[in-house]
Amino acid sequence: MHSFGYRANAVVTFGVAILAVMCAMASLSVNFNSPSPTADVKVLNVNWFQKQPNGNDEVSLTMNISADLSSLFTWNTKQVFVFVAAEYETPQNAFNQGNNLKGKDYNLTLHWHIMPKTGKMFADKLVMTRYSLPEDYK
Amino acid sequence: MMDWQGQKRAETLMQILLVVFAVAALGIGYTLASFQTMMLIYAGGVVLTALITVPNWPFFNRHHLKWLDPSEAEKHPKPQVNVPTTTKKKSSKNKQ
Repeated sequence: MHSFGYRANAVVTFGVAILAVMCAMASLSVNFNSPSPTADVKVLNVNWFQKQPNGNDEVSLTMNISADLSSLFTWNTKQVFVFVAAEYETPQNAFNQGNNLKGKDYNLTLHWHIMPKTGKMFADKLVMTRYSLPEDYK
Repeated sequence: MMDWQGQKRAETLMQILLVVFAVAALGIGYTLASFQTMMLIYAGGVVLTALITVPNWPFFNRHHLKWLDPSEAEKHPKPQVNVPTTTKKKSSKNKQ
């Protein structure tokens, strides 16, 4: 407090420290309400289902995705990253590797990543089951 | 120029103002669900606090320091200090 520069430095330092506390509290204020989105994915068409030269199968789907993600958006949400992933098992591999997928059952999973304005990023998913690939390549 | 009382006042005022603005900003921002509102209120608060507590306002200089009166100082002269170092050097040269 002895000079102009001393007081200016004190205001800035204390101000920034309080800002850190405010951001922590803002982040905590939304941590405790868990989001509950709903989603419904319909596979409208299997566009193609082919065997690639390197042995893997390739599938192209047209989907109708309707989802209610409004509970993910709080005052501390900067953006939400959403994607749909397909998951399946084969006798050799537990998760998503392999070929010869004729007639295979698979799950479609809706993933979301909530990116906050301050604080921790949360990611979660919703699994939808009982989709099947066609019996033959086309 | 701030006196000691004024410095204490400035520091306390700064701390109180910043905390009050932070609490107000958090409360209003949360109620309005607007992060930007919270930041703007707080930034405005920091600028206002700086304007109030950093410059040498006369309000902070009301309790003047009491310096010793010059006429009183003359009655108690400063003690003289002897310089013994030069005499010591001379005596060592004489010994040679």
